[in-house]
Amino acid sequence: MRIEVNGETAYCYTNSREIEADKPTVVFIHGSGMDHTVWTLASRHFARHGNNVVSVDLPGHGRSTGSPMVTVEEMAGWVIAVLDTLEISNAALVGHSLGSLIALECAASHSDRVRAIALVGTTSPMPVSDAILNAAEADDHAAFDMLTQWGFSKRHQFGGNRNSGIWMIGNTLRLYERSGPGVLFHDMRACNEYASGTDQASKVTCPALLILGAEDRLTPVRSTRALQEAIPSPVVEVLPGAGHTIMVEAPNAMLDALHKVL
Amino acid sequence: MAGPDYPGLDTLALHAGAQPDPATGARATPIYQSASFCFPDSDYAASLFNIERAGHVYSRLSNPTNAVLEERIAALEGGVGAIATASGQAALHLAIITLMGAGSHIVASAALYGGSHNLLAYTLPRFGIETTFVDPRDPQAFANAIQDNTRLVFGETLGNPSLDVLNIPAIAEVAHAAGLPLMVDSTTTTPYLIKPFELGADIIQHSATKFLSGHGIVIGGLLVDSGQFDWEASGKFPTLSEPYEGFHNLIFTEEFGPAAMIQRARKEGLRDFGACMAPTSAFHILQGIETLSVRMSRHVENTRTITSFLLEQEQVTRVGYPELEGHPDQALAKELLPNGCGAVFSFDLAGGREAGIAFVDALSVFSHLANIGDAKSLVIHPASTTHHRMDAAALAAGGIGEGTIRLSIGLEDPKDLIADLKQGLRAAGKAAGGSR
Repeated sequence: MRIEVNGETAYCYTNSREIEADKPTVVFIHGSGMDHTVWTLASRHFARHGNNVVSVDLPGHGRSTGSPMVTVEEMAGWVIAVLDTLEISNAALVGHSLGSLIALECAASHSDRVRAIALVGTTSPMPVSDAILNAAEADDHAAFDMLTQWGFSKRHQFGGNRNSGIWMIGNTLRLYERSGPGVLFHDMRACNEYASGTDQASKVTCPALLILGAEDRLTPVRSTRALQEAIPSPVVEVLPGAGHTIMVEAPNAMLDALHKVL
Repeated sequence: MAGPDYPGLDTLALHAGAQPDPATGARATPIYQSASFCFPDSDYAASLFNIERAGHVYSRLSNPTNAVLEERIAALEGGVGAIATASGQAALHLAIITLMGAGSHIVASAALYGGSHNLLAYTLPRFGIETTFVDPRDPQAFANAIQDNTRLVFGETLGNPSLDVLNIPAIAEVAHAAGLPLMVDSTTTTPYLIKPFELGADIIQHSATKFLSGHGIVIGGLLVDSGQFDWEASGKFPTLSEPYEGFHNLIFTEEFGPAAMIQRARKEGLRDFGACMAPTSAFHILQGIETLSVRMSRHVENTRTITSFLLEQEQVTRVGYPELEGHPDQALAKELLPNGCGAVFSFDLAGGREAGIAFVDALSVFSHLANIGDAKSLVIHPASTTHHRMDAAALAAGGIGEGTIRLSIGLEDPKDLIADLKQGLRAAGKAAGGSR
């Protein structure tokens, strides 16, 4: 569905269903340069299991209009504004990469609106290399290539998709290529500059799940120690064989893990 | 700025889509010869049916062996996904029925494989889909033939039988300007010789029976989606951009983004028309693809040797290979097909039909049959076989003479092929009343 948020059109995938007030809600937030389609399997699953699902396209991404936002805090405010517009009092938030930082910020700053968070392919701080930032700033295709290559585990460079017939590398690359000029750079810079993640993590009061890829090269498991220590009692699931693009590389294991908090 | 290197074509040809078998550790991709797959519980079953989990239900829809092949060809072509079909014809049909219905129209090259021409010219009109055939060498002819109801532009990378080189960039531009996708049949070229998606094509069809499998042992087709065409922006493809009642009002562009077309083709076309590939066939084609580069390189090398030989023969009045002087597409071939123009070509013999028949009958290394793309060299005399219903005038219109011979050059020692061809030429000379 399309709604208006801050004067712009915000697209939310809802599995073609209306939001029902008596159902729990799960919000899915995509990562840098992506859109809601990375969550298709998971959002269909939770819709069938009695939830409202709201899989957003961040401003300037996918079908949402407007300019891409600059900071994680601003993006978190936008997610809360989406909940306001849809008259959803609280929701579980599932975020990937940049989306995980947005979910974390929402849980810390708007704890009354968030009943659980699942951070997929996450870490904090989330520094981004100059090579990626510079290429993204120049709208150079090399930024897409770097994120696509390093976004998958080494074994998945050759595919092995359990979702039949889909070449994961190609589909991810096409999603990046569909992003507008500057979008990836804004997203990457927001990740890079979100310095308060671990401080905010200590304020999380809702159940928190971290789903990590054992072979993640962008947000390696070893980099998540500070985040794991900052969040009170997180549930941590490390998925063998998966890299950073967990929704695609390990869709079934991710779904099973999500059930631990959703 | 250069990004990291992706695996190269040869590496992908060996590895893409495959992982050591998780159950047994088998390095080769196993043949999962099973019609269906067990569900651990009812909710898991429901989640597979509702596209919530990745996995297999029934081998008409997907199969683990086929899935490796599908990923492999998608990787080699640089697409988002692929579907393995029962034959190349099934792949063409699957693409068409995914994109359009009765009342639609296709603009196609006039230089098509006979099977494709039959489907478009004679069979699909019965189902309300018409085709206008145009000169493959004239992008403007494609533009002129596009109608309001046109939904696809189609051609072969190398046209049949004259090896017209399809100007993919120019024709893609024409198609895209009209909000239409360009689909190409790349059977004779394979991703070793040309990468149509990099040139602007949107969909690729292969008969994997030919060079991809490479040994003449299997029938199969592949449909590959580039993920580059914007179906929503075009506004002409309601099967992809509007709710589909056959799957709980799923909107494919909304849920699958770049993979909308190939997902609809699987969820509807493969499900309902059922032209799936057998897993054993997928296994055979995978074995072929593993050596694609090695074979194609040798196919082309041998073809160049044979065409050079034929050019020197007095009885040979024409050799139709795009790399040669005099072929109308020589310059375009150099640009689009720098690694070669495949291993199938035709030449004309002096002496007409009798000479052609005598030539074919005299060969012993070349196999006389109706196929191309085998490791073994093949020959056919179109006027007496594939095109036997056509009179001389119709043959001429199709670029085929009474003495035209089509060869598919294999991997034998070229000296043995040349010796065989000499034998054929002697017989042809006698049949034509000459003294050679």
